[in-house]
Amino acid sequence: MHNLRPLFHIWVYLQTQPLLWLTVTLCVWEFSRALDRKARHHALSNPTVMSIFIIAALLLLTRTSYRAYFSGGEYIQFLLGPATVALAVPMYANWPVIKRNFLAIIVSLTAGSMVAAGSAMLIMHALHAPRMITISLGPKSVTTPIAMGIAQNLGGDPSLTAVLVMITAIFGILVYPFVFSFGRVTDWRARGLAAGVAMHGLGTARMLILDETGGAFAGLAIGLNGVVTSIFLPVMITIFGI
Amino acid sequence: MIRALAILLLCQLVGTVLQEALGLPVPGPVIGFVLLAAIFLYTKGPGAELHDTAQGLLKHMGLLFVPAGVGVVGTLGVLKQNALALVIAIPVSTVLGLLVTGVIMQWFMRRQDQADA
Repeated sequence: MHNLRPLFHIWVYLQTQPLLWLTVTLCVWEFSRALDRKARHHALSNPTVMSIFIIAALLLLTRTSYRAYFSGGEYIQFLLGPATVALAVPMYANWPVIKRNFLAIIVSLTAGSMVAAGSAMLIMHALHAPRMITISLGPKSVTTPIAMGIAQNLGGDPSLTAVLVMITAIFGILVYPFVFSFGRVTDWRARGLAAGVAMHGLGTARMLILDETGGAFAGLAIGLNGVVTSIFLPVMITIFGI
Repeated sequence: MIRALAILLLCQLVGTVLQEALGLPVPGPVIGFVLLAAIFLYTKGPGAELHDTAQGLLKHMGLLFVPAGVGVVGTLGVLKQNALALVIAIPVSTVLGLLVTGVIMQWFMRRQDQADA
């Protein structure tokens, strides 16, 4: 046992540094991407979901706190900001198509966004869930930073919202192919927009891999959905009496 | 690559300052996205460096959600207490959102393509 002590010290030291979990996250991501390629981007295979499960399992196994993990993870999360700005590139590439369909985009997006948020909150309310949880679920389809801001403004719990946003997107990623074939949604403009409205960046990431126009419409939907939800959610909460 | 990152961060920074200064409900990065798109319309699109960096970042956008997703570990208690309501509310509302947006947009697109034909 004597010569294991240095190893234990290294482990304790690494817990205080971002290096270990930052490296683990990138390695797990590359591993998950390789699996996703092996599965030929199958509908039920998603590298983000796989990475989350593998890393969560590693944290539980090694009894590592989320705080310790996040000291490394926050460097990756920070890139969400510049990546959101970078969505302007595919958006510009598809600008003529977007400009032509602007009315259609606004109508479809507002309808879908209000149905998603409204039905979620009404179901929670009907099942007597605590108000704080119901409010935290309201902005679940919006991209994480916007959703957290909205939840905070309305008296929800922003960190819970962040988790619910993820769960929603993961669920959406798993079912969207079936929903699209059920509703006969075959147009990439419609698919991209719906994916962006229902599962924000995760849906956009998927669309960008499958089709450039779909990705551009999804990226556009993230921003617009953020605006629409931040305006309509407080109104809906008042009308529904939540 | 660094110059491209500088441009992206600059847009985000300006967006964040605008958000804070004007008390907007829309977050800084989204305002930065609108800002950069407006710049592209003026400059007729991104240069090669910015284009490649942006595409590189977007190709791995799925990675950027992993740290927030791992946060599920810390909220298992609250989720368990409200499991029944959440297990119904999240799937139903997500499917409805996808379906309503997709079907309406598909209808608009089909009508337009027919008008063009």
